[in-house]
Parts: sequence; C-alpha cells; structure tokens
Amino acid sequence: MSEPILSVRDLSVVAQVEGTTHTIVDQVSFDLQRGEILGLVGESGSGKSMTSRALIRLLQSSRLSVSGGSAILKGEDIFTFDERAMRDVRGGSIGMIFQNPSSHLDPVMSIGKQIAESIRFHKAVSRKEARGRAVEILRQVGIPDPERRYNAYAHEFSGGMRQRAMIAVALACDPDILIADEPTTALDVTVQAQILKLLTDLRDTRGVSIIFITHDLGIVSQICDRVAVMYGGRIVELGGKREVIGSGRHPYTAGLVACQPAEGHPGERVRTINGQPPRIGHMPAGCRFHPRCPRVDEWCSTVCPDLVTSGPGHQVACHHPIPHTPAEAAT
Amino acid sequence: MNRYRFVLFRPFQLLPVLVGISIITFVLIRSIPGDPVRVLLGPRSTPGAIERIRDQFGLNEPIWMQYFYFVKNLFQGEMGRSILYKVDVLKLIATRIEPTAVLVTGAVCLALLIAIPLAAIAARNRGSAADHIIRLVSTAGLGFPAFWLGIMLIIVFSVQLDLFPVSGYGRTFVDKAHHMVLPCLTAALALSAVLTRNLRASLLAELNSDQATAARARGLPEGQVFWRHVMPNSLVPTINLLAINIGWLISGTVVLESVFAIPGMGQLLVRGIFTRDYMVVQGVAMCFALATVLVNFLADILTVAADPRVKL
Repeated sequence: MSEPILSVRDLSVVAQVEGTTHTIVDQVSFDLQRGEILGLVGESGSGKSMTSRALIRLLQSSRLSVSGGSAILKGEDIFTFDERAMRDVRGGSIGMIFQNPSSHLDPVMSIGKQIAESIRFHKAVSRKEARGRAVEILRQVGIPDPERRYNAYAHEFSGGMRQRAMIAVALACDPDILIADEPTTALDVTVQAQILKLLTDLRDTRGVSIIFITHDLGIVSQICDRVAVMYGGRIVELGGKREVIGSGRHPYTAGLVACQPAEGHPGERVRTINGQPPRIGHMPAGCRFHPRCPRVDEWCSTVCPDLVTSGPGHQVACHHPIPHTPAEAAT
Repeated sequence: MNRYRFVLFRPFQLLPVLVGISIITFVLIRSIPGDPVRVLLGPRSTPGAIERIRDQFGLNEPIWMQYFYFVKNLFQGEMGRSILYKVDVLKLIATRIEPTAVLVTGAVCLALLIAIPLAAIAARNRGSAADHIIRLVSTAGLGFPAFWLGIMLIIVFSVQLDLFPVSGYGRTFVDKAHHMVLPCLTAALALSAVLTRNLRASLLAELNSDQATAARARGLPEGQVFWRHVMPNSLVPTINLLAINIGWLISGTVVLESVFAIPGMGQLLVRGIFTRDYMVVQGVAMCFALATVLVNFLADILTVAADPRVKL
C-alpha cells in the first residue's frame, strides 16, 4: 500500500468543564489513502465531528483542545504547525464541507466571490484569474450557467445547489482531502443521491481523498471504501466497508447494522440499541460500550480494549468480538 | 433589480404618515393655552387691535378651515407667515436648516467613527480589559442626559482647555466646523453608546456563526474573516437601529441647540412654541417629520443594498 495522504495517530481532544478535564476524543488513529473515501460513523456525540474539527484545529469552543497525538499530512505533522501554517492547511490541503450549507455560506457575499476569495488567499493570482477559476469550479460541481451563478447569493440556490456551492467553496484551492461532515443529512433523498454521486465523481476525476462523516450506514455502503466506527470518542472498529458492515465484529457495529430498517420487510419492528450513548463526564470505565453491550462480562467493565487487528486491514476494539468464521470463533 | 422597486412606491405610502403628523401638530399647538397675538402685541394691546390681527392671520376661522388653508398653502409650496418674525415660514426655515443638518450629519458620522472601531475591539477581545472599559463607558454614555454632557464638554474643552468656542455657529466654513465640533460630539457620544452596544452583540453572534467558522475553515486569517464576513453581516441590523436613533437625534437638536446656542431649527421650534407662533411650529414639525421619514426610507434602501435576502 502506498504512503497514506493523512496519517492520524493517537489523536485526543479534551474539554475543560468547570475545572475538570474530560476526554472527548480518545486516541483515535487511522490512515487515509490517496483517492480513498473513509467513512466515520457513529451516533451523535461519538466524537466523529470533533475528530474532523481537530484535524483543521477549529474546535467548536475555546474549552476544547487537542491534547495529544499527531496528524501527518504529506510527511509533516500538522499538529506542530503554527497558526499561519495551519491557515495554508485549511482550505489549501483540507477542504471542509459542512452539514448545513445555508448557515455555512456567507449570506451577504455572492457564492462566486467566496470561492474567489479563498483562491486569492491561497494562491497568488489576479482578481480576474480567481474569478475564472471560481466559475470553472462551479461548472465542475454541476451548477448550471456558472457565469451567471457566480454573482448569486446562497439564498437564491435550492438546497441541493447550495450544497454543490458549499462543495465548490471547499474545492476552491484544489485540496488533497475533503472532510464532509454529514453533507447530505439536510437534503431530500433524490438530491442526496446526486450529491453522493458528485463526491464520488470528484474522487475519481481529481483523486481527492474524502473523510465522510455520517450516521447513515446506507450511505457508507454506497460510497465508502473503508469505515471507522466511533463510540464514546474512540474508534471501536476499522476496516473495509464490506468487512465492517457485512461482518462487523464489534457488538456496537452489529447493533448499528441491525438498526437499519431492512428493505423488503415492511411492518417489521425497527430495532434499536438499548440504552443511551455515554455523556461527557459520565464515561463508563472499561469498554465504553459495556453498559449497552449484549456480550458483556466483568472483564469489559474494568479493562478498556485496544484496537487490535482481527483480519486483513480489519481492526476491532472488543474483548469478545462477534465471530463470523470458525477461525474467528477459535480466538 | 426589482428588489429596489419599493423606491418608486414607498413615497406614496409615506404620504399618509406626513398627513397624520401635520394634523396632530396642527391640533396640539392650538390646544396649548395662550394666544400668539397677545404675545406679539404685548400687555398694552387693545381688544380691537387683537381682533384685527387675528383676522389677518385667519385665526378666527374654525380650526378645520385653518387646516384647509394650511394644506392649500403647502401645495403651493408655502407654509404661511410667521406671526412673530413676519416673514414666510419657509424662508425662515431655509435660514435655519443648515446648522441643524450639519449637527445631525456630523453627529451620525462621528458616532459611526466611534462605534465601529470600539465595537470591533470589544467583540474581538471579548472579556478583556478593553471590552470591560468599552462596556462601562457605553453604559455611562447611555445614562448621561445630552444637556449635562454638553455642559461638561463646554467646561472641559472650551472653558478650561480653550480648544473650541463655547457656543454659537460662526460665518466661514472653518469657523462653522470649529463651532460644531462640541455639539456634534455631544450627540455622537450618546448615539455611539447605543450603536457600540448593539454592534458588539451582533458581532459576537456573527463571530460564533457557522459562516464565520466556514470562512476560517477556508484558511482565511481572522482579520479577513472579521472585516469581510463578520462585520458586513453585523452591520445590517445596525442600519435600522441607526435610522431609529437619527429620528431621536433630530428631535434632540431642540435641546442641543439650546445648550450650545446654535441658530438652528430646534431653537426656532422652541421659540415658536413659547410665542405660540403656530405657523413656525407647524413648519418646523413638518420638516422634522419629513426628515425622519426620509432617513427611514434611506435606511430601507441601505438595508436592501447590504443584505441580498431582504425584500421590501
């Protein structure tokens, strides 16, 4: 396997709340290959968005900070970068696509200007050239009549077009990595499919790597190459899409898969995972999932399992992973 | 560009407002006890003379007839004659309009020059000593009455430091500007206090907004995020606040022109009320109303220009 474009090791994020320190993201490690779409899956509060924000060091609150780990981007650890170098990373190497394009686009600046602004900041080009490039990017993300749409404002776009515009803004400086934080959650299903198609097309034509944050396993199986499942701030399972979704070994992954309403089974009761995800400050000892886990024993409530290799390119953090083959059952 | 179509129609909607204001001032000034003719003629007037002059000014007509004449004159571009000054009210206003206009525009410009940087400093350094000081000063600025603040400024800058004249208006441009510094500053301090507090609050909200985060995620430096994305969005609500306060400021010139002895419309209005000079009071009140209405009209145009989402 070639050198990964991004290699995250032991990334931890802590929150200072009333004098105590809570770990929100706990020793997250993963590699992102060139041209790969990596799914980051988990319930709300599992730390998936926080992980992505930590990578561009724009955490949602000043109480949050990266407390350790490294993120090697093209051979350099971006966690050692100062603010100025970090600005080149943001937008330049890593482009962000947010969940809610209506609130993440400046309402009083035209879409084209927002793209051109990023281009002019990251690359030394003339105003006219930045404009030309912005129009070209708008065309690439499938916005019709981009010359005219350059001057349009966010509110003049439909939901799907707005998300295309957001993607165009993220693509402005030809980043190596796109972080898409639930980019289709706010869209209806047909538009959702178009946006997913656009993202896979961009991967195919530009070779851009995508970290795709979602809680929708259906989307994951549609577009991702590999998946990292997060629970309580930790990655509990990581591997190829087929292995993780088809034969997930962590009981939480299996629970998530079981929660997906199956097609062709109308009237069937929707299954859920019992209990609530852990809250900040109330993280259970041992394995974070043990209070909700069907395979729990005393061991689980005291020792937190490490992420260990359980197959080719497949890692799981569980004392009692679900066996799918006789060989797995024997371990 | 049809977002600006309201510019054509709005003036017609404003007409009823002006009619309403004219009726109210017309009735109110006449319901104050007192008689302009007695004031004019003094204590030694004879009943016959009073009657003659009342007839001359149409004051013996029923009030609705008087209003009819007033409106009829208005359409002919006249506002009647001042009973006391014995000149056309419109001409009288024309000689007084400049100091008041200078005072108001000067105060607004000065207030913006004070408020925008202060709000920017306070919002960008939230919780710092600078933020606290700015909040303290702007709270104090809201509390001080204009006449008191004006007198304090006169004591410090005119009497003790001898930098600016105590009162009056002046003749040459430089002289006039010199005279207007303190009055403008007095009005601007109160106005900038309101603007600073509100702008700071909208700036703080915008600094935490998704669109600011997205701008940072594009790698823009904080200064550019602030001035290109946070400030333009925060100024939109400030436009309307400013317009409302200019309305207050226009009526506030009555006090300011008295404190600084500026021969403007505010002073004219006060003297008009004391001498029951009906025509003058009506004329000035109409001008103030018109100015306030125009300022709000202008604010609407500005809001539409500043925020592409607004449709009027």
